[in-house]
Amino acid sequence: MLRIRIIPCLLLRNESLVKTVKFGKFGYIGDPANTCRIFNELEVDELAFLDINANKERCEPNYNVLADIANECFMPVSYGGGISSVAIAERILKLGFEKIVLNTYSLTNPSLITEISTAFGSQSLIVSIDVKTNFWGKQHCRGRSGTENSKRHPVDWAKEVQQRGAGEILLTSIDNEGTWSGFDIELTRQVTDAVSIPVIANGGAGSLQHIGEAVKIGHASAVALGSMVVYQKQGMGVLVNFPDEKKLKAVID
Amino acid sequence: MIVIVDYGMGNLGSIQNMLKRIGLAAIITADLQIISDAGKIILPGVGAFDNAMTRINNSGLRDVLDHKALVEQVPVLGICLGMQLLTQGSEEGNLPGLGWIPATTSRFPNTPNLKVPHMGWNLVHRSTRSKITEGFEEEPRFYFVHSYYVKVENEAHSILKTEYGVKFDSAIQNGNICGVQFHPEKSHRFGMRLLTNFAEL
Repeated sequence: MLRIRIIPCLLLRNESLVKTVKFGKFGYIGDPANTCRIFNELEVDELAFLDINANKERCEPNYNVLADIANECFMPVSYGGGISSVAIAERILKLGFEKIVLNTYSLTNPSLITEISTAFGSQSLIVSIDVKTNFWGKQHCRGRSGTENSKRHPVDWAKEVQQRGAGEILLTSIDNEGTWSGFDIELTRQVTDAVSIPVIANGGAGSLQHIGEAVKIGHASAVALGSMVVYQKQGMGVLVNFPDEKKLKAVID
Repeated sequence: MIVIVDYGMGNLGSIQNMLKRIGLAAIITADLQIISDAGKIILPGVGAFDNAMTRINNSGLRDVLDHKALVEQVPVLGICLGMQLLTQGSEEGNLPGLGWIPATTSRFPNTPNLKVPHMGWNLVHRSTRSKITEGFEEEPRFYFVHSYYVKVENEAHSILKTEYGVKFDSAIQNGNICGVQFHPEKSHRFGMRLLTNFAEL
């Protein structure tokens, strides 16, 4: 049987890694390639890199930084940010990335999901769904790093991206992101129960217990970690780290 | 010199990167002369079986590879689709494989709750001792992405087994010829161990 994947999810802004809180308030983390080297030493099983500026600036991915990252990763690695066409996706895969992450352009041009999935196989495509709760408690999927409200409902959109050919879903709670307060378990469970493709829970992990909840109650196939793997503790300095294998096993098995 | 055969199927840079990381020089090439001089051969591959065999058969590569593997008997490592090509054929295509190891390649059956492709990290269990699987610590795990699996005809050719709905041969060997279904170049510590072992054959 396959292992539950625990995936450090790292944010690129220009040529640096940053960490956000609720998609804002950037903290500088360090150099991407150097951070990959540390995660190699920590024997992390998968990495995800998301460029949070590429869509806002409406520009193409920074291929030089991505080549450096791909050269340093001895584990599967995915990339998202600024992928608006099959040609861009192909260029990223050729650099040595295993998977493409689509968000903004999946919302504005849903046929791109099918085009990429058909060209390279659904196993190479993750559709990222960023969810924000409004004043009245309604949840909607957002594009362009949380700034554009698509008005789509997360569960409906998850079913649609699966049907269009997504291989996986990266599900992020904007409200919980960077808060160390735990995942949006209710949202996670609603989405995982509605689709058959793997769902990666993201946004809010602050403890091993949170990881266990995402898997056991949220039924997530994988868990993404942000703050937990780049900071020493909440409110403390940068320290690239990864939970101990035995402690992880204890919470997810 | 280790030669990574480039026949136009898949990204080969990550294999070269990992070899470089463990201090081994390797070249990626389609040049038949360079492949003829290789001390060891890595046959990678991602994609469709017939497409790969057509490229090998039509490029003049077939004769060179047969000579290296069967006459000179240099160590050969097939990775992913490259392993499936070592078998007699695949359910995925109509063309015969290289046929260097008596084995067949089949599609994973549709089983509820088991998604195809088999993608992610899974465990391997030793079936026959081999130099390329030496020095693995407890619970060695590797990264897999595949929809077809290999089954050997003679159990002596199976060196690692993995379970995913069915029990299949995740690594096979017949003398100097080896194949692994997983991606050692994406399996950090465990992949480095395996590639180091291969380089020392």
